[in-house]
Amino acid sequence: MSPVRSLDEQGRLRHLLTLEGLPKRTILEILDTAESFVSVGEREIKKVPLCRGKTVVNLFFEPSTRTRTTFEIAAKRLSADVINLAVASSSTSKGETVLDTIRNLEAMHTDLFVVRHAQAGAADLIASHLQPQVHLINAGDGAHAHPTQGLLDAFTIRRYKGDFTKLSVAIVGDILHSRVARSLIHALTILGTPDIRVIAPRTLLPTAVESLGVRAFTDIHEGLDGVDVVVMLRLQRERMKGALIPSEQEYFNLFGLTPPRLKFAKKDAIVMHPGPMNRGLEIDSAVADGPQSVILAQVTNGIAVRMAVMAIILGGTGATEGKRA
Amino acid sequence: MSPAPELPSVDEALGRMAEVLKPLLPQKPIMIGIHTGGAWVAAGLHRQLGLKEPLGTLDISFYRDDFTRIGLNPQVRASTLPVDIDGRHIILVDDVLHTGRTIRAAMNEIFDYGRPASVTLAVLIERDGRELPIEATAVGAHLKLKPRQQVKLLGPEKLELKIQESGT
Repeated sequence: MSPVRSLDEQGRLRHLLTLEGLPKRTILEILDTAESFVSVGEREIKKVPLCRGKTVVNLFFEPSTRTRTTFEIAAKRLSADVINLAVASSSTSKGETVLDTIRNLEAMHTDLFVVRHAQAGAADLIASHLQPQVHLINAGDGAHAHPTQGLLDAFTIRRYKGDFTKLSVAIVGDILHSRVARSLIHALTILGTPDIRVIAPRTLLPTAVESLGVRAFTDIHEGLDGVDVVVMLRLQRERMKGALIPSEQEYFNLFGLTPPRLKFAKKDAIVMHPGPMNRGLEIDSAVADGPQSVILAQVTNGIAVRMAVMAIILGGTGATEGKRA
Repeated sequence: MSPAPELPSVDEALGRMAEVLKPLLPQKPIMIGIHTGGAWVAAGLHRQLGLKEPLGTLDISFYRDDFTRIGLNPQVRASTLPVDIDGRHIILVDDVLHTGRTIRAAMNEIFDYGRPASVTLAVLIERDGRELPIEATAVGAHLKLKPRQQVKLLGPEKLELKIQESGT
């Protein structure tokens, strides 16, 4: 159990550290609120005044383009002021240095930190040292969690497929290193998805992965059979220590998503990928750019979902609150 | 307990609003209702006036001036303005005009969609308690209420008015 929790004593969302253990109503509140933010992005003036005067610091100890950019756009569309800090992460300058950075930024009256770090647990550690009025959103910590990605994936699935309680979802690829897979599995489980599958070579499956409530497959054809949603993961070569896959060509031959393989899923199945894609490694371009791909919709949805999370956290209300007049 | 004031009939109030708005019809106005009650009233008026343009709805939650005090409404809905409002005449509809803050928020939101030629305000009930210089052109009925009394519109099948006493 982490010493800090995403929810405060009143059940309001104070931080977003992980989706694990969040109540269903909180997740639904975020998804429903995001639905309203989608239309803001489609208008002439893509901005609402909600978080005017709030200061958001994007603190990225690990490189990221998509996540950082969508967090930045989300904050700007809420009229918050955004500072982007890319902090070079070296394994020797953790601990005190990180917390000193945070304390300095706190002294500049930051309202919300969006933190990405290569180390699992970094977001929890930082959150546990924050002043009570300061909030934190985990934008990915090691292989632990990437809650807003899990939420935007769930949001995308709901928009295309509706009711989670009737769905089969397959997550394919580097499950072992994937915070995206973990967060999505938590989101889908909380939302009542009956059939969640992970498909990977045995070397890329965490031990006891079934304890997350998923079924594991090492054969992609078997695993994709009849699913409504296929989520492809990026092969995280930079995180691999040792030879977990024989060769990239062989990985593509066995696990790459090609048009013939996609036929094993339902006819109207959607294909997702959190990006960045390794074309020709985990996914064939014909699938990535094909009619079943919703990969770019995921990016667009990511902005609305991050706006919803920021607005709910900075507004300080939650699904349990009834103090509105 | 203060005696509840006599409540007007919704149908008659809608009729009075329609009379005032009729002269605007040659401008081909776009009608926009504010969630939730205002959207119901707008639907009724839209029908009575036989407006051709589809009805728009606004949820002003993202524009409220009390966000930092009470946070985001967990039941926020999407605003839908189906047609381009640039250069168009808008009839903005709400159920109750009280402090004027909702209308201010709604106008701020409308201007983020475009620059209308004009905005006319139509409300089912105009009550006392204004905190901003905002007045309606078309009013269904005027009500004088105690500060702790609220008038609420119930719907959407059958629109009915109800007085509520708020606690301390």
